[in-house]
Amino acid sequence: MSLSWLILVVLAIAAMGYVMGRARALKSAGGDSRALHSLPVYYGTNVAMWAIVPAFAVLLVWLLAQPIFVNSRVLASLSDITVADGSSMGLVMSDVRRVADGLDVAVQQGAMTVDAARTLTTEDTDIRELLGGVGVALGSSVSPDVLRGAQTYRQLTGIGSVVMTALVLIIALGGAAFAYARSDADFRARNVVEKGILVLLVSAASIAVLTTIGILFALLFNTIEFFRLYPAADFFFGTKWAPSFSGRGGASDLGVLPLLWGTFYISFIALLVAVPVGLFSAIYLSEYASPRVRSIAKPLIEILAGIPTIVYGLFALLTVGPILVSMFGKDTLGWMSGGTAVMTAGLVMGIMLIPFVSSLSDDIINAVPQAMRDGSYGLGATQSETIRQVILPAALPGIVGAILLAASRAIGETMIVVLGAGAAARLSLNPFEAMTTITAKIVSQLTGDADFASPEALVAFALGMTLFVLTLGLNIFALYIVRKYREQYD
Amino acid sequence: MTDASMNDAALPKSGLSVTDARTRKRNAAEKRFRAYGIAAISVGLLFLLFLFGSILKSGIPAFTQTVVDVEFTMTQEAVDEAESKMLKTKAYENYFIAALEAQLAERGMDVAFDAKAIQRIVGKTGGTIRSHFQDNPDAIGQPVSFELAASSRVDGYFNGRVTRETLVDSRFLQLSDLDLVDALAEAGIIHGAFNWNFITGKDSGVDNPGGAGLGASVIGSFFMMLVVLFLSLPIGVAASIYLEEFAPKNRFTDLIEVNISNLAAVPSIVFGILGLAVFIQFAGLPQSAPLVGGLVLTLMTLPTIIISTRASLAAVPPSIRDAALGVGASKMQSVFHHVLPLAMPGILTGTIIGLAQALGETAPLLLIGMVGFVAREYPDGFMAGFTDANSAMPAQIYTWASRADPGFYEKAWGGIIILLLFLITMNTIAVILRRRFERRW
Repeated sequence: MSLSWLILVVLAIAAMGYVMGRARALKSAGGDSRALHSLPVYYGTNVAMWAIVPAFAVLLVWLLAQPIFVNSRVLASLSDITVADGSSMGLVMSDVRRVADGLDVAVQQGAMTVDAARTLTTEDTDIRELLGGVGVALGSSVSPDVLRGAQTYRQLTGIGSVVMTALVLIIALGGAAFAYARSDADFRARNVVEKGILVLLVSAASIAVLTTIGILFALLFNTIEFFRLYPAADFFFGTKWAPSFSGRGGASDLGVLPLLWGTFYISFIALLVAVPVGLFSAIYLSEYASPRVRSIAKPLIEILAGIPTIVYGLFALLTVGPILVSMFGKDTLGWMSGGTAVMTAGLVMGIMLIPFVSSLSDDIINAVPQAMRDGSYGLGATQSETIRQVILPAALPGIVGAILLAASRAIGETMIVVLGAGAAARLSLNPFEAMTTITAKIVSQLTGDADFASPEALVAFALGMTLFVLTLGLNIFALYIVRKYREQYD
Repeated sequence: MTDASMNDAALPKSGLSVTDARTRKRNAAEKRFRAYGIAAISVGLLFLLFLFGSILKSGIPAFTQTVVDVEFTMTQEAVDEAESKMLKTKAYENYFIAALEAQLAERGMDVAFDAKAIQRIVGKTGGTIRSHFQDNPDAIGQPVSFELAASSRVDGYFNGRVTRETLVDSRFLQLSDLDLVDALAEAGIIHGAFNWNFITGKDSGVDNPGGAGLGASVIGSFFMMLVVLFLSLPIGVAASIYLEEFAPKNRFTDLIEVNISNLAAVPSIVFGILGLAVFIQFAGLPQSAPLVGGLVLTLMTLPTIIISTRASLAAVPPSIRDAALGVGASKMQSVFHHVLPLAMPGILTGTIIGLAQALGETAPLLLIGMVGFVAREYPDGFMAGFTDANSAMPAQIYTWASRADPGFYEKAWGGIIILLLFLITMNTIAVILRRRFERRW
């Protein structure tokens, strides 16, 4: 039975349980719903909930656990073979999975019988040709071990899904029956249902915590794995970034400093654009602009925040880069050799951050109490003097917080730097040179063909960890400053 | 007279009616400061204008396709003769070229050309023509009008991307071919047409930007958005209800709150790493599948939806809850029967805005393999739409932007126009919902 059918059957059991549970409760009250403890709906819902929730919970856990269990069993059965040089257990395992999928397709299309797929050997059949015939292309011919692994894999998966189907159905029926038996007039159905709903609400809220744990585990395990293969000191203090391309053999230099430098340089230029423009826009909109101007200009500027970053990336690569080259390139000043540079990415990222700085600062300036402005005007200060000497100092912590949040956004930005900043990692002061960032290198190290177990791929997780810690630190610091400021006026 | 001169002498150095140097300076500073503000806003708006200008200017040509429009008749004998030859498609091509020559002669044009030039302009035509006649045997003997897509360089010549000055003779297009193209254009045989293939088609190979379409990746995005909608809306609403209405003030609640606000600030690429490590490597879900993309984007949008849902739940006045409790409803009933329906417009608005954000997100998709994969096929069915490898709109645009042929850049800009149209539609719906149903208490 396929997964979607199983889910549908469980839902059908629940629907039936709903109707039956409701009817049974009503009957026990002699058809008079006033004699029930709860509204009739709750008796039905109680049965349906008992049918669905435990069954789906078991289903979910099973679906997550089965591949891990099957993989470990298949690997154990393969452990006696020597893994070929330059290959790894992961690669053998993916071969096994491909062959197993191929056999499934072949059986489905009727190219062979179920028994044939189980008893096939490499001696009397050319598996590669056979699977090629049903549209599954294999990279190399299949070794006997892989075929044996694939057959074990199919067998275990088959058994697993039968057991899972049976177990889930039993739990669904059992849950429904248990709740059905309890449905009578004195049963406090509403309290039970509400408790159940509360549990569901709490588990939904816990997903945020689970996500954070997932991120931390994904990053931590792989980072530790990376530091086992590559010395941590070389990573943190190395000034050269030069991964070997083959992914195996050859020494790679994986120093993070050039990437950190590129990240901070680009973010700095972005803030140099975004902070003055954003801050002055916010000041003008909150202090000078008439309501009409404000109601038009504010949403227009905020459109910039709603544009996807891929658009900014393309804008940097194809529009801003060529313009900068024509201004600073070899025909005029000779500072810039290609369209992708720190300046290109920084400028475009600055544009992206303008609404971020302006709307946050706008909120903070508006939060400064009117009494402070009135006091300043009463002493004869002009509007700009009031802003510079009263409002801005009062709003300063909040504005610093806003700038820090913008900086954390800039450090984590990916698409603009992937497309606009170039790929060369270097430590240079010239903003018209191509440099690269942490995010851009995460992308390039994980999208190549490199083996996942090699330090060249694992370094991406260490970079991700660096990025995560940096942005999280900036955010916590920024929120701390903003919160501290808020306490002064509320 | 004397009064006036006396008054002149008695005027004070400063006052309400006279501005002295210091006041002038202060007023000038005031004006300058105001001008900075206006300048900042103008700079922001200029950037916006420039951005949209360049998107429209570079993207509009992607929606037109230069076609060669030739009408000709294949008789049954001609078909039989072509089918009897060794090189069947070549024979069809010869008929096509003859028809083209005849049409040019009819209009009194005299341009010399050979079969190679035609191949460079419209590609190999014989196969298309043959398959058309094989699919529609009725068309034999009838005049059939063929609209064949011109090659991307001819397309570029009409869009101004390729000019006579910049063209370098190659096997793709030669300078002499442009004379023929001009003649054909004058005869009305080559003209622009709306490029439906760009909207509905699939991605093409790296050397054929003309045939590239966004359709398959729109489907990929659609399935991802389905996953995001059906997971993030219930989970987000449930989490918000708990946090806003039921959560006691304790350490666990604090932990959740801190987590949500931090997740909102985690860079999107980190969610991509999470998807790669947990969903693909650990749980063994298929690579490049919209299901995995949808799961990653769900985790990313959850904080957005939770924050906006909590705001709209908090905006429902406590008197509503009190009234419900007062007539005997339980806490759960008061929330689900009264507070939630009243907060629904705000929740939907927040959800649509979260979905729009997720639709434009690219970085996490790069890591779960929706970029390396090229969307060449439509999914087979509804369920396969979730698990078959596919691309998504922003990922497809990125793929085009990183290809070498500049013909793809135009497609990337065109793709951005379509993506932005989707976003504008979603945001407009959100604004209308808010205007129509928002209630001020």
